[in-house]
Amino acid sequence: MKLVIIGNSAAAVGAIEGFRSLDPHSSITVISREPDFTYSRPLISYWLGGKCTESGMRYRAPDFYEKNAVTPRLGYTAAAIDARQHTVLLDGGECVGYDKLLVATGSRPFIPPLDGLEGVEKKFTFLSKADAQGLNEALTPQSRVLILGAGLIGLKCAEGIAGRAASVTVVDLAPQILNSILDAEGASRVQAHLEKHGIHFILGDSAASVSGGEAHLSSGGRVAFDILVIAVGVRPNTELLEAAGAKVNRGVVVDENGATSLPDIYAAGDCAQSFDHLRQDHRVLALLPNAYMQGESAGIAIAGGQKPFNQAMPMNSIGFFGLHMITAGVMADEMLDESREGSYKKLFVKDGRLVGYILIGDVARAGIYTALIRERTDLSTLDFALIAQRPQLMAFSRQVRQEKLGGFR
Amino acid sequence: MKPIQVREEWCLGCHLCEYYCAFANSGETDMVRALKGVSIRPRIQIESKGAVSFAVSCRHCQEPLCVKGCITGALAIKDGVVCIDTNRCVGCYTCILLCPYGAVMPGASGHAVQKCELCTTNAQGEPACVKGCPNRAILWERG
Repeated sequence: MKLVIIGNSAAAVGAIEGFRSLDPHSSITVISREPDFTYSRPLISYWLGGKCTESGMRYRAPDFYEKNAVTPRLGYTAAAIDARQHTVLLDGGECVGYDKLLVATGSRPFIPPLDGLEGVEKKFTFLSKADAQGLNEALTPQSRVLILGAGLIGLKCAEGIAGRAASVTVVDLAPQILNSILDAEGASRVQAHLEKHGIHFILGDSAASVSGGEAHLSSGGRVAFDILVIAVGVRPNTELLEAAGAKVNRGVVVDENGATSLPDIYAAGDCAQSFDHLRQDHRVLALLPNAYMQGESAGIAIAGGQKPFNQAMPMNSIGFFGLHMITAGVMADEMLDESREGSYKKLFVKDGRLVGYILIGDVARAGIYTALIRERTDLSTLDFALIAQRPQLMAFSRQVRQEKLGGFR
Repeated sequence: MKPIQVREEWCLGCHLCEYYCAFANSGETDMVRALKGVSIRPRIQIESKGAVSFAVSCRHCQEPLCVKGCITGALAIKDGVVCIDTNRCVGCYTCILLCPYGAVMPGASGHAVQKCELCTTNAQGEPACVKGCPNRAILWERG
C-alpha cells in the first residue's frame, strides 16, 4: 500500500505514528509546501522571543522520517488531486500516485479587506516559521508594531516581540482580549497583566485603512506603525479537496475515522471539521492536540484499524509573561465562581455535568477538570464541592479511585 | 513499563514518598543535604482528607494524552515510560490541561514541566517512592 500525506505538521505526524503502529512496511510519502523538517507552529513566538532555538522548534527527533520510513518531499506543492486516478499533481508537473491519501493541509491566516494594505511594506501574518523569520528580520529596537487581532496568535506574537520593539499596540474589534477562550472578567485580568509588560490595547475598534505608516481606526483614531502584523484568524485550506469534489462545509467534512466523502481520501487537522461533543456539531477546532489525535485516528483507520476521534472540544493552555491560563469546553449559563486570592477560576455546569472551565494563575491539575468534561461525568457521582475548590482525585468515590490508581493499568 | 500501584487503605499519609521522590531527583547523594531547608517539588503527591490518603503520580498511560497533545514533542514514550525532555519543553502546560490524573506539574524552573519517570532517569534504578514507603502502600512490578 502507498500512503501519501499532504502536509507536514501535527496531523501529518499523528497520522504517520498512528499508521506505523499497525503497518510497519507500507510506503509513506509526505508532500509539503514548506521546505522545513516538521516543526511546531506554536513555537514560532517562543523562537522570536529567544525562548527556543531554531532546532528546538522541531516537532520530532531529527531521525523521525528515517525511523518511520517516510519519504519526505519537502518544498513541493500539491496543485491538484485526481480522486478517480488516485494521483496528486505537484506544481512542477510531477504526478504522485497513492492508494490512500491523507490531506492535512492546515489553515492559513485570514487577511481582512483593508484599504491601503498593499502599500504597507513591512506586513506579516503569524502562523509559519517563514512568517516569524520575516518578522525577526524586520524588527529593530525602534520598531513600532501594530498587531491586528487580540486572540491567541496575536497575543503570543505580542509577547514574543515585546522586548524587541519600541512599542506593541494590539487592536481588536471585540471589546475584550482572547475572546474565544476567556470571559470578560478573566480577559480584563490578563489584559492588565499584558499592559504591565508594555503591550498597549485598543479594543472595540478596528483598522479601517492604512496609509503613510498610519492605521486609521473606525473610531477615528490613528496608530502610527513601522510593522503591521495581521492575526485576526485562520481559514482552513480546503481548496484542494473541494476542487477534487470532496464535501466541504466550514472545513473538510470527515467521519470519526477521518474519511472524507471521496474514496480512499482522508483529512485531518486544521483543514478538517471534527465532531465537537459538547456542542454536538461539526466544526473546525484548529488546535494542535486535536490535530494530532485526528491525524492519528486517520492513520490507524488507513492501516486497517479503528480508533475513532470523537472527543474533540475546544481547549487551550497558554501563558503570557509567566501568567498561565488553561481553559476547556464552553461557557454555559450555570457558572460557579471559585476564584481565590491571586487566582481566577470559573466552572461552567450544564445538566449536572461540567461543560467548561477557565483557570488563570493557578492551573495545577487542570486535566482532572478536562477529564470530567471529556468523559461527561455525572457530577452527582462525586464530591463536587470538593473538586470545585481544587482539582483532585479525592473527590471521586473510593471505587473510582481504586480503578484510577490501584491497577497496573 | 508498568506504573506504580497505590493502595489507599495502607497509606499512612506520612508524605515520605514525596521526600524520597524529591531526593531521588535532586541529583544529590546525601538526603539531608538534598532536602534540609529545601521546599521540595516531588513528582508524586499525597492527597489527603480526614482519615483517607493516597499518593498520585504518573500512570504511564498506554494512550497518553499528554504525549499526543504535547506541542513540542518533549513528552514521549520510551520503553513504556512517559518521559519528558526538559530541554525541548517550553512550559506551555498543554500536558497539565490534558492529564486526567493531575500528574504533570511545573518544574522548579517554571520553564518546563516535571513528572514521574519511574526513576529511570536518575540513579535509583527503581521507583524510590516504592522503596521508601514504610507501609507498602505503593507497589511496583518490574517489566
